[in-house]
Amino acid sequence: MLYLGLSVSKKSLLPINLAFLLIGLLSGFIDWNAPGLYFNNMVEVSNTLILVQSVVILAAILVAGLSSKLFEDAIDHPAEYYALMQFAVVGALIMVSFQNLIMLFVGLEILSVALYVLAGSDKRNLRGNEASIKYFLMGAFATGILLFGIAMFYGATGSFDINSGSSVANNLPEGKIFFWIGLIFIFIGLLFKISAAPFHFWTADVYQGSPTIFTAFMATIVKTAVIFALYRLAVYSFSFEYDNWSKFLVIIIGLSMIIGNLTAVYQSNFKRILAYSSISQAGFMLLSLIGLGEQSFGNLGFYTLSYAFATISGFGVFLIVSNDQLVDGRPNENINVFNGLFKRNPDLAVILLISMLSLSGIPLTSGFWSKFFVLNDAATKGYLWILIVGIVMSAVSLYYYFKPIRATFGSTESESITVSAIAKATLYVCAAMTVLLGVAPNLFRGLF
Amino acid sequence: MLTLSLFIIPLIAGLVLLNIKNKGLASSISLVVSIIQIAVFVYAFSVFKDKSALLTFDKPWLSDFAIRFHLGLDGLSLIMVGLTVVLVSIILLAIKNLNYENIPKLLGLILLTEAALVGVFSAKDIFLFYFFFELALVPVYLIANLWGGENSSKITFKMFIYTVFGSLFMLISFVLLYMRGQSGDIESIKVTVSLLPNLIKQILFWGLLLAFSIKMPIFPFHTWLPDAYSKSPTPATMLLSGLLSKMGVYGLIRILLPFAPSGIQLYGEIIIILAVAGLVYGSIIAIKQNEIKRLIAYSSFAHMGLMAGAVLTLSVTGLQGAIFQMVAHGFNAVGLFYIAKIIFDKTGSRSLTTLGGMTQSAPVLTVMFMLVLLGSVALPLTNGFVGEFLMLKAVFDFNHVIGILAGLSVVFGAVYMLRFFQKTMYGPSNDITIKITDIGTKEMMVLVPIVIVVLLTGVFPNLILDISASFVNSLGVLNK
Repeated sequence: MLYLGLSVSKKSLLPINLAFLLIGLLSGFIDWNAPGLYFNNMVEVSNTLILVQSVVILAAILVAGLSSKLFEDAIDHPAEYYALMQFAVVGALIMVSFQNLIMLFVGLEILSVALYVLAGSDKRNLRGNEASIKYFLMGAFATGILLFGIAMFYGATGSFDINSGSSVANNLPEGKIFFWIGLIFIFIGLLFKISAAPFHFWTADVYQGSPTIFTAFMATIVKTAVIFALYRLAVYSFSFEYDNWSKFLVIIIGLSMIIGNLTAVYQSNFKRILAYSSISQAGFMLLSLIGLGEQSFGNLGFYTLSYAFATISGFGVFLIVSNDQLVDGRPNENINVFNGLFKRNPDLAVILLISMLSLSGIPLTSGFWSKFFVLNDAATKGYLWILIVGIVMSAVSLYYYFKPIRATFGSTESESITVSAIAKATLYVCAAMTVLLGVAPNLFRGLF
Repeated sequence: MLTLSLFIIPLIAGLVLLNIKNKGLASSISLVVSIIQIAVFVYAFSVFKDKSALLTFDKPWLSDFAIRFHLGLDGLSLIMVGLTVVLVSIILLAIKNLNYENIPKLLGLILLTEAALVGVFSAKDIFLFYFFFELALVPVYLIANLWGGENSSKITFKMFIYTVFGSLFMLISFVLLYMRGQSGDIESIKVTVSLLPNLIKQILFWGLLLAFSIKMPIFPFHTWLPDAYSKSPTPATMLLSGLLSKMGVYGLIRILLPFAPSGIQLYGEIIIILAVAGLVYGSIIAIKQNEIKRLIAYSSFAHMGLMAGAVLTLSVTGLQGAIFQMVAHGFNAVGLFYIAKIIFDKTGSRSLTTLGGMTQSAPVLTVMFMLVLLGSVALPLTNGFVGEFLMLKAVFDFNHVIGILAGLSVVFGAVYMLRFFQKTMYGPSNDITIKITDIGTKEMMVLVPIVIVVLLTGVFPNLILDISASFVNSLGVLNK
């Protein structure tokens, strides 16, 4: 991909990129029903992991589908950015299926380094540069903590294999303190990446500064990869200490929901709203770690998929609308960009409506089921209060998710908006899937 | 299967209409759908007594959660679904002849509302109930926004947030119930509900009560109502006052009564006092209103208060009265809002101070208005009387003082309604009202069915009371 920029015209980049992702998606299913460990026990392959990887690739396809217009006129070297997106996807795929902590680190780095560059890809935008440097510094810091945690884990267990965690409890009582330090640092490192409170401070600035298309990429793919990495660790390495760490994790979840939602209420920049909403969504995703039962993995898979559809369609509509209405030569990112959308392009307005309804968890969209599954899961473990916090915070979130919807009904003087075919198709797919999964959640969840 | 088709037909027709541009075609589709719906309902009504298996539809939806897609009709559901089907047909008929833009989409959204309402009134699973309860609001929200005036987006936003906020508390209650019984079935939850710990019972009661009292609304959760009713376009107002508010009362009877009987025993009196306070308060404000839509809005709010109070007395008369009044008020409110719309279209004014003397130029309108109005002021032999009488009796038996206060509202009701009538129809006519034309066949086609219902159910209340009696007697949580 990197070299494509030299010879091929800009127009063919997107189809080639999509084709590669599609090949990746399909080739994943070659290993269907062939579970096992590969590459000297470095990665695991199983049916459920293939499904999760499909979610990641699907999200990447959808994001790429929205990118056509952006790359045609906004950015100088589109081929490189597509290549970086591909790298990031590779990193994410490694992260969801690692069997060895080294692979976790490698995957995270491939993902992160690509994203540091992508975040700053709009070189003329000061905020973009700020976002990039902030993301880089914070990310490097988090990676350092994670690496330190992995080292401690190795010191305590003598192995990088994720299954070795349980051996500590049996063999090495004196190593337990190192194990605990390792656990805490690994958790902190990854919670940084998923932007759970109180490790969320970078999120809003980075989301706001990055080009919208990469914000969507970050919000969906990074979150999916990291949450599944955490889930694997929680199941394989840390599950025997569940009673101890779950008490702290549930507080982090509560904080994420409360801080994310309450802060989002006061934002007027759409990207910042989605940034804070993503903090609370991270909290909801983490609930499946509290559940940690037979169905939690499927619940999490469903959550990430439905979140990807809703978020990407939300960002997609925003991308189209904001590029249509420039303020000082830059896309308008304020909520008022949606003013009168219902008159300008009713289809986009309906897609936005579905996306926002799904994010806020209104029934008959997939967002309702995803929240229901994880909340029910956590509540069965006895954490009733988090159920109530979750639902009350969903009520709060309605307020800010409905700000853009309210704006779409406003009056406007602007003329109607036209959308490129491929972006339109992507948005339709997202909206249709959101409703379909909302009516029949078992279509996807039943696969797990 | 019959219930399912009552739900599916408007759903599909609604989706089709959203994609149609031709106004004539859309009108005829909606007319055909109305006729089919009424026919299916009449057939369902005829088999209700002996072949009730025809009326249920039960398929697993989320099998590993024991959540089922279960629709069915019992006495209460049958009445409510009938009200929905007939009233929506009347609303469709009314809308077609009003001068709105983009009529096909409007008709489509109304049909989608109908589908959701049939779902609410026939759901046998708490999650299904919750879904339709939320879903019914979305098309109305869209109607209010797209066809509303300048301020409508702000006002409907308030309504939407308010009611969805309330229903989330219902969701908390439902998830708690579900976790105890691992089933969403209303009948099987009823059995297990008495075994719950006290704290859960309390949460259940308050959560459910909050949701339903915002929806109806009862005092002090009514602040969204006056603006929402008066500033929304007439189709949205008709749906809201005629049908969506009934979801709250229906929820009280269907969900709160069997699921939280102990809470009602403990706190019922406080809630009844609040409801009756709302009734008196709404009536007094209605007397002072000069804007006709606001006046009807406050009178609607007052009526809902009495219904809530009557249900919470936990007596057979109260329940029967409330169920009857739901039907009566549905027709009366739609009729009144339609007349308000006619008056506005003819004169361009909604203010009582600038209207008057319309009876000289529009005698037919005056007669129709009078008949609908008599239903609203609860004159004997009209439908309003039966419901109000039963409800007042129940409240009076419950507590004499509250009963007398509630009885005042009938007097107030007569005052504000007759003032409304007098200031529009009688009195000196002015430049505008002298020139208006009388209503024609189009309007009569809407008003005559309403008037027929007003008189028919007023003279033969047992048409409805007999059906609801079978339900009320089987409820089993009532006093005595």
